[in-house]
Amino acid sequence: MTRLQTVVRWAGPILWLTLALPPVRHALESTLTLQMLVQIPLLALVGWWLRPFLPDRAVKVLNAWNRGGISGLLLASFAAMIWMLPRTMDSALNVPWVELAKFTSVPVLLGLPLAVSWPRAGFVVRGVFLVEATATAFRLGWLYLVSPQRLCSNYLLGDQQLAGNALLAIGAAMSLLLAWKLMWGHVDVDGSHRRSHA
Amino acid sequence: MSVLRTLLASLLVLAAGVTALSASTDGFRAFTSETARRVAVREHPRDLPPVLLQTAQGRTVDLASLRGRWLLVDFIYTRCLTYCSVQGNEFARLQDRLAGPIADGKVLLLSISFDPTHDGPVQLADYQSRSKDRGAGWIAARPTDTAGLEALMRGFGVTAISDGLGGYVHNAAINVVDPRGRLVAIADWDSPQEAEQVVLRGLAR
Repeated sequence: MTRLQTVVRWAGPILWLTLALPPVRHALESTLTLQMLVQIPLLALVGWWLRPFLPDRAVKVLNAWNRGGISGLLLASFAAMIWMLPRTMDSALNVPWVELAKFTSVPVLLGLPLAVSWPRAGFVVRGVFLVEATATAFRLGWLYLVSPQRLCSNYLLGDQQLAGNALLAIGAAMSLLLAWKLMWGHVDVDGSHRRSHA
Repeated sequence: MSVLRTLLASLLVLAAGVTALSASTDGFRAFTSETARRVAVREHPRDLPPVLLQTAQGRTVDLASLRGRWLLVDFIYTRCLTYCSVQGNEFARLQDRLAGPIADGKVLLLSISFDPTHDGPVQLADYQSRSKDRGAGWIAARPTDTAGLEALMRGFGVTAISDGLGGYVHNAAINVVDPRGRLVAIADWDSPQEAEQVVLRGLAR
């Protein structure tokens, strides 16, 4: 293995440790927008990058229970839902075990299942997942934007509205991307069949 | 085979996911930490920490020594220029609404400053007179040391964060403490009738 390959292989743990450094942690938790749209997605990326550490045998067993990536994507969706709640993001700042739960469950139950399942998902499963993710961004963005009350005791109302606007922008970008992909992109409708034999 | 196994795995994930969601929202009731705090207090009344307070008159009282009557407690900082500056007026209004029980020594209102370095007896007395204190049954006070302040913030679940303009934003509320010294309910800061109801129901029992 070359030096570069070694670094790439360890990118997940390195990123995890970087995010866990107290100054980085505090900076990324200083606003709701940063925690929700930077820190948590980066923790999920850590999990995605943990994929090479799964032994081949384990992947084989998992695949047998994860046709089309459906059960894995379902798991990732639930993990994402829990870390989208104002309450969990709020208490991560005050309660150490909640913070620990975030730093472990987001990589292991969100990022890693995504990495294992996404390549196995076919056109329909991917479509459902992406459309639902887009709709969630709009719903959540709208909620954060119009709520007259602070949903997190640790964050200011203006910050909450900023997060709302950012979510709406993400939802809009995802819609455009999906539309572009459907109209002009290469859509691999039969991908699931080909991959399920692999 | 893999279809059935995937179905089974998905059902298990679904069950575990719904259970986890339910657990992290107190059965789909509390989606914010503020609601969670209120649900927790209502279902499991909390004993208050013994904390020494200095009042606007300069006297020192132990929070524990105020037992034996209903306490309505709010957390304030006297420099507040936004909505929290109205908290005092709401307490003055409660003095009117609960005038009877207050005269009988059954109810006491208590405003505690979470900004004790700035809020001394003078500022607290000024806060009360600005809020049109009716003169009976309302104590404004500050914790005498940092440990006391921290114990109060933790005990009541108060979070105050900087508003970036030299002031604070905090989860203002009216905390109801029963005669046994337990925090039993938390009402909206701008809804004194809600806190009043809890007290009157308690007194009627």
